[in-house]
Amino acid sequence: MKSLQLKANVLSIFIFVLLIGIWYVSTLTAGSGSSSSSASGMTPEQIEYQKLMGKDIDSQKSTGFPSPAQMMKAIGYQLSNPFYDNGPNDKGIAIQLGFSLLRVGLGFVLASLIAIPFGFVIGMSPLLFKAFDPFIQILKPISPLAWMPLALYTIKDSAQSGIFVIFICSIWPMLINTAFGVSSVKREWLNVASTLEVSPFRKAFLVILPAAAPTILTGMRISMGIAWLVIVAAEMLVGGTGIGYFLWNEWNNLSLTSVIFAVLLIGIVGMVLDLCFAKLQEWVTYVE
Amino acid sequence: MLSNSSASVNSGTAVSSDDTISSNKVIDLIDSQNRINFLQIQGLSKHYLKNKPIFSDVNFSIDKGEFVCIIGHSGCGKTTILNVLAGLDTASSGYVIMDGREVKGPSLERGVVFQNHALMPWFTVRQNIAFAVKSRWKDWSNDRINQHVERFVEMVGLSHSLEKKPSELSGGMKQRVGIARAFSIQPKMLLLDEPFGALDALTRGTIQDELMGIVRSTQQTVFMITHDVDEAILLADKIILMKNAVISGDSYTPGGIDQVLNNPLPLNRKRANLHHLNGYYDLRNHIVDFLIGIKKTFD
Repeated sequence: MKSLQLKANVLSIFIFVLLIGIWYVSTLTAGSGSSSSSASGMTPEQIEYQKLMGKDIDSQKSTGFPSPAQMMKAIGYQLSNPFYDNGPNDKGIAIQLGFSLLRVGLGFVLASLIAIPFGFVIGMSPLLFKAFDPFIQILKPISPLAWMPLALYTIKDSAQSGIFVIFICSIWPMLINTAFGVSSVKREWLNVASTLEVSPFRKAFLVILPAAAPTILTGMRISMGIAWLVIVAAEMLVGGTGIGYFLWNEWNNLSLTSVIFAVLLIGIVGMVLDLCFAKLQEWVTYVE
Repeated sequence: MLSNSSASVNSGTAVSSDDTISSNKVIDLIDSQNRINFLQIQGLSKHYLKNKPIFSDVNFSIDKGEFVCIIGHSGCGKTTILNVLAGLDTASSGYVIMDGREVKGPSLERGVVFQNHALMPWFTVRQNIAFAVKSRWKDWSNDRINQHVERFVEMVGLSHSLEKKPSELSGGMKQRVGIARAFSIQPKMLLLDEPFGALDALTRGTIQDELMGIVRSTQQTVFMITHDVDEAILLADKIILMKNAVISGDSYTPGGIDQVLNNPLPLNRKRANLHHLNGYYDLRNHIVDFLIGIKKTFD
């Protein structure tokens, strides 16, 4: 097992170096090719004319896609001062991320406060499960962003609408998984509880909840994954703050290095969130 | 090693308790009325399809301190009867009366040992039994609960595994915990649903000895389902043979109790000397003949 992990790590590093290498080579040829071929065969007057026409051939700025070195410099610059705040459109990356995480956290917690108890109730009652099922099935496949206009109209606040969108997208996996987990608790454990005349409260917390916990946490993990996907899109729409807004703002600035930086950061934060839930899941999982 | 030593201790107590059982059988009238027909089953039947009951007109009674085994083919309704006794299932007609009161729903007065132990995998052995003890005596302090739990875990020889999760135990150990849990609430009656069905022959023998020791020393009333003829002969005072429902052409005969046998073997019988006892083979052959479909009467 250990040697397998080691081999996998070595291979991962190799793939990483290879990808960076390809990136480096492709940006190298594109940058140097355009400047050398065009500038060499021209008289100074022609170059001057090109400049007047707005085609600045010698400038490093217009070499297109950033190289790995430029990327490193940009990452270094962003990470060197992540907490600065120079007004509405110019905040440090940590502040932007903080706004996004706050929105996701708030929406997610609100959703779990409703989805888990409600899922518990409909999981316990086959009647309610069947009665609510059509509504859940219709509401579940709706893209969270489709709620945005309604949210903006009714809530009349873009920040709160963002939280609402996170809430509405995280609620379904948690609700469905909780209901499923609760309804499929093993008959024999419930029989044990009833032969011991356990009170409903103790039964819910000491038997059903631990039995369904792995399924519930799977739902929470899926919800968190979706919430993190949706927050970027939601912030692009509502604007103001957050990593999604930062990304869109940098696109408007045509700063591809910042865009790539934001994309990488979204991936890393998403992975960390998922790992947290994987740990939690491990903690509640039982072996039969 | 540990289980062996505890088994021999238990069989030791079993021998000494024999006299107490026989002397207890001649006590005063009032007590004997409570002891005899402690559990009564009257006209029990269960059907899932109308007019085609699985069993019908099941009548039998169990005295206090009696060990009753029920044997029959799969699908004859043994587990249904046990579940009705436990209060987990309801009969289509008939009554179950225990200690003068009708059985309606599950109760702490009847402990159940389930076929596949039914331990909560997220609890340790201690927590599993404490869960039962706390349900029985809600006002007990944690110290008292722990003492009680430890006593019953010791009884099945698992003191060294108190803090283990069920997944860390072998099948036999899990079933022992299940037995300890059922005994720990000190029920008036113990119901065992084929408790050793999933165990290998060696483990099964050891736990049978342990169970017999505990039952003899606590004078527990027991109703047990088994498929193992020798197990029934070893443990039971009374063996109930159940027949399946028969469909022949258009006629349908529901299943039910075919015969009730009193075990003639001496109370101090042990697994090791069982097959040397007079009458063992008669009883065994009779039950096996019944199971393979040869009809006879046993006296």
